[in-house]
Amino acid sequence: MLVTIAGRPVHVNDEGFLTEYEEWDEAIAAALAADIGITLTQEHLAVVRFVRDDYHARSVTPTLRRVTSAGGFDTRRLFVLFPKKPAKKISYIAGVPKPVGCV
Amino acid sequence: MTNARPVPTFDDDVSGRKLCIICSKGSLDMAYPGLILANAALGEGIETHLFFTFWGYEIINKKTMGALQFCPVGNPATHMPTALSGLPGMQGMATRMMRRQIAALEVPPVPEFLELIADAGGHLWACRMSADMMKLERDDLFERVEGIIGATEFIEISAGAQTIFI
Repeated sequence: MLVTIAGRPVHVNDEGFLTEYEEWDEAIAAALAADIGITLTQEHLAVVRFVRDDYHARSVTPTLRRVTSAGGFDTRRLFVLFPKKPAKKISYIAGVPKPVGCV
Repeated sequence: MTNARPVPTFDDDVSGRKLCIICSKGSLDMAYPGLILANAALGEGIETHLFFTFWGYEIINKKTMGALQFCPVGNPATHMPTALSGLPGMQGMATRMMRRQIAALEVPPVPEFLELIADAGGHLWACRMSADMMKLERDDLFERVEGIIGATEFIEISAGAQTIFI
């Protein structure tokens, strides 16, 4: 469906996840983060950018394990930055689908 | 004209859910199910406890945790003739093959996986009776194990939890 985020029309699915990779920008990321109680910092954005780049390269949202092993981010820190459900929250803010991998 | 925007409620459905996994087996193929479920539960914000007992000690014993084996004997799911599966060298070969397959899926080896689970906030517990039987002490076990506890203590910790026995 078409909705307005950060003053711009974008496409989202029933859950609110962006469906068009190219419609994302940092202003939208900040609005999405605010939706779920996260104030976006450069540290958050570094993770989000890795997830977007990895999704772009592989057409699959990286799992949390991949964010740590391939992205070099610390598991404990990810749970602080994106509490409770880091993988889903990162993908929401990054404008990519929820990860489906097991590990 | 655009629609009202749906926003996911990430935290709402998780409140108070708790998972306990009892790991009682010491083979490579039986170690992973518990670790994978624990990791998935932690990623969903669920309080997760792993209790290692009996052969499950192989998973947290520093000497064995990095060298768990897969034995094809007596396992019809391998589709290997029984007479072949027991031949010398077969266990090593089957283990190497399974490790390769696990690594190909970017699933970490057991010690690294336990580290990941502990970093994600998972609680690792070792069984008191198993330690006594196997003459093992705290120092023999993986550093991230929080303690050696008795069955009663485990029952206390697991109050209100969904419990899985592997």
